[in-house]
Amino acid sequence: MLEGLSDLKNKIGSSSAEDVVASYLERIEKSDINAFTCIAEDAIDQARKVDSLDIEGPLAGVPIAIKDNISTKGLSTTCSSAILDGYVPPYDAHVIERLRKAGAVIIGKSNMDEFGMGTSTETSTYGPTLNPWDAERVAGGSSGGSAAAVAAGQVPVSLGSDTGGSVRCPAAFCGTVGLKPTYGAVSRYGLVSYANSLEQIGPLANRVEDVAALMDVIGTYDNRDSTCVKHNAGYTDALQDDVEGLKIGVPAEYFGEGIDDNVQKLVWEAIGKFEDMGAEYTKVSMPNTPYALAAYYIIAMSEASSNLARFDGTRYGNRSEGENWHMMASKTRQEKFGAEVKRRILLGTYALSAGYHDKYYLKALKVRTLVKQDFERAFEDVDVLMAPTMPTPAFKIGEKMDDPLSLYLSDVNTVPINLAGVPSISVPCGFSEGLPVGLQVIGNYFDEATILKAAHSFEKNTNHHTKLAPGVV
Amino acid sequence: MVYENPDGVMIGLEIHVQLNKLATKLFCGCSTDYHTSEPNTHVCPVCMGLPGCLPVLNKRAVEYAIRIGLALNCEIVEQTQFHRKNYYYPDLPKGFQTTQYDYPIVSDGRVVIEGEDGEHVVRIRRAHMEEDPGRLMHMGTIDRSRGTLIDYNRSGMALIEIVSEPDMRSPREARRFLDKLRNILEYLDVFDSTLEGSMRVDANISIAGGDRTEVKNISSHKGAERALLYEIMRQKNIKRRGEEVVMETRHFDEARGVTISMRTKEEEHDYRYFPEPDLVPMRVGSWVEGILETLPELPDARRSRFISDYGMVDTHAKALTSDIRVADFYEEVASKVDPAAAAVWVSDVLKGELNYRDLTVASFTVEDMVKIIELVVSGKVTEKAAVEIIRTILDEGGSPMDIVKEKGLLKVEGDVVDQAVEAVLKENPQALEDYFAGKEKSLNFLVGQVMKKTRGRADARSVREMMLEEIDKNYR
Ligand SMILES: [Zn+2]
Repeated sequence: MLEGLSDLKNKIGSSSAEDVVASYLERIEKSDINAFTCIAEDAIDQARKVDSLDIEGPLAGVPIAIKDNISTKGLSTTCSSAILDGYVPPYDAHVIERLRKAGAVIIGKSNMDEFGMGTSTETSTYGPTLNPWDAERVAGGSSGGSAAAVAAGQVPVSLGSDTGGSVRCPAAFCGTVGLKPTYGAVSRYGLVSYANSLEQIGPLANRVEDVAALMDVIGTYDNRDSTCVKHNAGYTDALQDDVEGLKIGVPAEYFGEGIDDNVQKLVWEAIGKFEDMGAEYTKVSMPNTPYALAAYYIIAMSEASSNLARFDGTRYGNRSEGENWHMMASKTRQEKFGAEVKRRILLGTYALSAGYHDKYYLKALKVRTLVKQDFERAFEDVDVLMAPTMPTPAFKIGEKMDDPLSLYLSDVNTVPINLAGVPSISVPCGFSEGLPVGLQVIGNYFDEATILKAAHSFEKNTNHHTKLAPGVV
Repeated sequence: MVYENPDGVMIGLEIHVQLNKLATKLFCGCSTDYHTSEPNTHVCPVCMGLPGCLPVLNKRAVEYAIRIGLALNCEIVEQTQFHRKNYYYPDLPKGFQTTQYDYPIVSDGRVVIEGEDGEHVVRIRRAHMEEDPGRLMHMGTIDRSRGTLIDYNRSGMALIEIVSEPDMRSPREARRFLDKLRNILEYLDVFDSTLEGSMRVDANISIAGGDRTEVKNISSHKGAERALLYEIMRQKNIKRRGEEVVMETRHFDEARGVTISMRTKEEEHDYRYFPEPDLVPMRVGSWVEGILETLPELPDARRSRFISDYGMVDTHAKALTSDIRVADFYEEVASKVDPAAAAVWVSDVLKGELNYRDLTVASFTVEDMVKIIELVVSGKVTEKAAVEIIRTILDEGGSPMDIVKEKGLLKVEGDVVDQAVEAVLKENPQALEDYFAGKEKSLNFLVGQVMKKTRGRADARSVREMMLEEIDKNYR
């Protein structure tokens, strides 16, 4: 089993942060799964600083990978897009400030789908991240690099961001734990926006307790994000091995057509395990689920079309030359954005246009309200909802690249959670033909405590998370 | 009298006001006093639109907007909502402007102006908050520019856009509305009109029920009046030719005093408005009462008070209150000398001399004004000499007493005038004879000669009286 934060603490105590960080850097260097877009040149310096100043933060000396859409002062932040190639932010995101303060060592930036637009990390301008369990398969997305790096033992923990499943999908595909917090639980200040109303920064790790430890650090109130909500933290305190009397809801709509039989079987086995541990389950209905996917894509693309307007080559990043400003901006966007990004900008622009605005954007907002109500109703009767994170295990690289619609369909079980804004965690629940499968545990608003407790208990009573990807030592 | 509005003129105005009295910008902590700073020195990741930055609404700006709404007799919205207005322009760092759309902060108000036929109501449709873009600067002249530079110091400044109904019936009414609005805003202490770009005007105008045109790029109230006069003439000429006015946006060329077509309505942008996801609604309904309580005295109220407190005539009260700086100046002067004399000297004399020189009341001190009025009231200088003191201070500087001494302006009385009268009568026997022959004008000539001899320091009225006395006594 890979080392967790408590193992690292001992190791750093007996040797040094520098040694620990150096050993992780060595693993990254030897790897060819393409999990990173860049490595921090000052990683060793950061570790030495921890050693020499005897920094006692909760993450002192812990190396961490940061998704490349989270702003890091002095360290390139490209969103895996050619348009931001060379962009170095002059400021740290809120979560980065918190991590530095806790003594963490920012070891590098992890690969992702360009601007988070994808489910496989294949749309990255730097090429796909390979799945540590099978190099011919995708790592999932869009936080593919963050999940793969954790699964391959290149970092003990990482940060991703989840707009429609971007933390949970790669966590499921790579056999790691990944949390999408409640909307408003973690400050988005410094997270390059793809779809602001849907996304949250979330942690990935090999253990539930490490995810909780990261949440304790990053999940603090920040007045620079107006959508950030003051709430009770204490994520680690919630971790008890006790699900006695926990009421689980199982939404039939999440086990519908397109959900792989093996995946369904493993998730039901997991629910059975919870029953053995003293929990009880009931079937619940979330009738608006079938409309969630379309509503999600309309809202996400609409917001994206506006969010990505600032990338015109004028102020930062990369530009193409043109005889005047219009030509420069238009050529920059034409040449530096990838195909999927352009597709979403165009679709989003269309959905917001006069004459279509009501038909698409407004309608999607109405569906969003209905989806939200599904969750509110369900949580009147149950404590958590359980479902497969992804319809299938990791698919082959290139398999869905020519068919965006089938790629979008793989988000069917993750996007409703973002529309509603509730928290959700994906934990390993077994293997299908050697590939990891994720169980999704969905909670009520700001009730991360319950889903962390459930996931933690499950982990304590199973051994899926102890299995190592081939070649990882 | 009712104004007939013979051409059926309808003018509506959209005024962008920069809330430059705020300490910080609308969505970030950058300071607003950039007007004398180097370019791009009052910027941060937020107002530069760097990736990942989020706006935080300036509460004080919302308070200012509500203050304006209350002063314009508007309804105040229950909670704020912001939208994104999407369009590309290099001065717009995010590729969209954060503004308000269907829920403006205030709406449905009214302003009373001096209309063509007495008091006239201009309705306010709405006023909404938005951020100012940056500023483009061409390197060299626009046609031979080597490139364009962008200064983002202005980016993110809080603006309030006030939209009137098309209730003005003449360019003069438009100008009066603008003057009144500026005056109200200055009384509210929300903006400083002397800073560059603090008030920018777009005007909509139609005649005889035809389509309207929008005139942009008007930078002064005088400019607004000129642009509108030109536009009425242009539209009338079109109708005279039997053609129809096209709905379009026109640009005002201040130097040539003409409007030029920019684009027709069909080519206008689709701004794809949608709610700004990064800002949550702010409940402000409960603020209104508190803001209302701290609302300062407004121009109309002050004008009434000047009439009742100082016993001045309405024309003086209006002149003194139409600029808060003048009104404050007056009240300070009036607290030290006779308020009635102060009203005359500040509104009739000082204001005129300032206007003539394109100066503001800041160019004159209360102390000097008080001293000058004291000199006149006590009879030490003549009114004419007092005007000369004011002019000298404005043109050359100096204190009233020094000027009096240097120019010998103390009023001459008694012997000196007596001697001058005697001398003039002796020196001008022909004029005296003409006077006896019934030519009243000769007396004026003789008085003038005395004034000349005393270099204007004598009081003309008393010279006249002394002259008549002397004639009666020694020449009849
Ligand atoms: Zn700023």
